[in-house]
Amino acid sequence: MLTAEEKSSVTALFGKVNVDVVGAEALGRLLVVYPWTQRFFEHFGDLSTADAVMGNPQVKAHGKKVLESFSEGLKHLDDLKGAFAKLSELHCDKLHVDPENFRLLGNVLVVVLARRFGGEFTPELQASFQKVVTGVANALAHRYH
Amino acid sequence: MVHFTAEEKAAITGLWGKVNVEEAGGEALGRLLVVYPWTQRFFDSFGNLSSASAIMGNPKVKAHGKKVLTSFGEAIKNLDNLKGAFAKLSELHCDKLHVDPENFRLLGNVIVIILATHFSREFTPDVQAAWQKLVSGVATALAHKYH
Repeated sequence: MLTAEEKSSVTALFGKVNVDVVGAEALGRLLVVYPWTQRFFEHFGDLSTADAVMGNPQVKAHGKKVLESFSEGLKHLDDLKGAFAKLSELHCDKLHVDPENFRLLGNVLVVVLARRFGGEFTPELQASFQKVVTGVANALAHRYH
Repeated sequence: MVHFTAEEKAAITGLWGKVNVEEAGGEALGRLLVVYPWTQRFFDSFGNLSSASAIMGNPKVKAHGKKVLTSFGEAIKNLDNLKGAFAKLSELHCDKLHVDPENFRLLGNVIVIILATHFSREFTPDVQAAWQKLVSGVATALAHKYH
């Protein structure tokens, strides 16, 4: 799926990512930009405005958890389906999350990386990351039935 | 039909005023062709698209990107009637250009990414939300006359 150069450029950029901060920002922005996704997080408390969402401690904690999992995935770019098999079953059987939301979160993550890295987020890096987030979304959807 | 609040309109026009349409247009179209390489099929006549740097430096890509983003700018003056504003372009893309409407969504997402790279401070979650709604609305308007 990714060439050796793509893998190393993705890993190099992601190595500069503060997983806590970027995870929180990605999940927060998902909830603001695609407000229907808030339905999965009703127990998180105040999600009534963009500021409330971005400052919400449960959103931040969960965003960190999600991005840590994504980071693990980056160590298994040759077997994303295997790496995410259990999470795929969880999201289908227990959490009942529509797989389309994985694509939305992937796109939000790309936007967050673009914002944080500016010009360093070259067209080639964007292409590589887009492949990764698509691969992760497909892997998370793979066990759905 | 998509409806924008006064705040959303202000977020959109406020950022748009700072955009260099020529540069951003070239970059948007270039990145579309790099990130989603199958889109290059519509631009076989553009010459060298063999690498990311060839694409980003290609003068025809830059010129066409400017044209596309200038047209997008027209939408921003017609936020209350995107379907009307893009009716003729919708017919053109269906009847003459045969472009799959999914590509409008891809280009819209690329535009959002470019804004994020250029305006890291201003591109707050609310601004991102307003722009995502806009690019969705434009994509829908461009698909509206398809048959």
